[in-house]
Amino acid sequence: MSFCVLGTGSYAPPKVVTNDDLASFLETSDEWIRERTGIRQRHVCEKESACDLAYQAALAALEQSGVKAEELDMILCATISSDFSTPSMACVVQKRLGASCPAMDISAACSGFLFLLDTAAGFFARGRVKKMLVIGAERISRLLDWDDRSTCVIFGDGAGAMVLGEGENYLVSQLSSKGDDEVIRTPVFEGKSPFNKREQENPYIHMKGQETFRFAVTAMTHDLKNLIAQAGFSEGDIDWVVPHQANIRIIDAAKKRLNIPPERFCVNIDRYGNTSAASIPMMMDELNRSGKLKRGDLMALCAFGGGLSSAACILRW
Amino acid sequence: MIFEKLVAVLADHVDCDPSSVTMDTTFEELGVDSLDTVDMVMELEEELGIELELDEKISTVGEMVKLVEEKMGEKE
Repeated sequence: MSFCVLGTGSYAPPKVVTNDDLASFLETSDEWIRERTGIRQRHVCEKESACDLAYQAALAALEQSGVKAEELDMILCATISSDFSTPSMACVVQKRLGASCPAMDISAACSGFLFLLDTAAGFFARGRVKKMLVIGAERISRLLDWDDRSTCVIFGDGAGAMVLGEGENYLVSQLSSKGDDEVIRTPVFEGKSPFNKREQENPYIHMKGQETFRFAVTAMTHDLKNLIAQAGFSEGDIDWVVPHQANIRIIDAAKKRLNIPPERFCVNIDRYGNTSAASIPMMMDELNRSGKLKRGDLMALCAFGGGLSSAACILRW
Repeated sequence: MIFEKLVAVLADHVDCDPSSVTMDTTFEELGVDSLDTVDMVMELEEELGIELELDEKISTVGEMVKLVEEKMGEKE
């Protein structure tokens, strides 16, 4: 027993920031950003909190699925940018939805949503849940050094959600971690303990671009090849590839190394930037609501990012 | 041989006239940015079965060729 997807939802804060908007205060240009990342614009929170984004995406997914909040057996959120260390984002969403089930967050950076789906699959396999709400939601703008043009132009805010029910549509998956605190790191605020002797690092995202690129392309290529073979399919059988939207150059580099027709790779980074754990569920919602998906379509989802972590799974829609 | 391979990889990535590329040509003049560099390093690694370090600041075609040749030498 695994799960099937009963509904999807997503939400991005209304404020759109274009590359030209950024070029008005950063030494950068629309051309540089587009060529290097594929991004034209991103959504950025003003008054919205990360939990607001998660809640709105959840409402949309619940509405599409026809499932009521009271029916939920569990809520899981993937995030690295919630508004509180405690309560978890999932608990805040639980309260606002009027649900009464256990709720917790998962921290696996940009791979978070796929780590979360695998966790969800475990609860379904044990017969512990019949209906789950899973959300990837990020207010990454809070964690960016807005003076660092190498990072602040890449990310955006947003949330995506799915309502899962019992089913057999989650076919295969794999999760990988390669512990590293140098390639991608976001240090915390050290606090004001009178006994603290640790240095305060900039509490923002630090990312080594070349190493991240190399890790991401290798992970995406290997994970997809291995998983597709493990499931007994050939690469040409995959109808849709939904990659984490980190950088169009990563997706393009992986396309060259895979035998999946390039037009099957889904991209929306041009409009949303890198929304970390939200990127896959946001892309899934966009695809679902576009009417392009057909029941039975084979979808390969893959993600890679801080941890370092990577994950991939194959779903039958 | 390595030089020819690298020129072929470059021609795949950027619009350039392969016959005009020399050991002194810089990646900047070719419009190759740091992500292209990593992608090309990875392609060379895959083709030649070697591992290259990204620590070096490689700015010319000649520097890349030298790095690859050193690694190939170590392999033998």
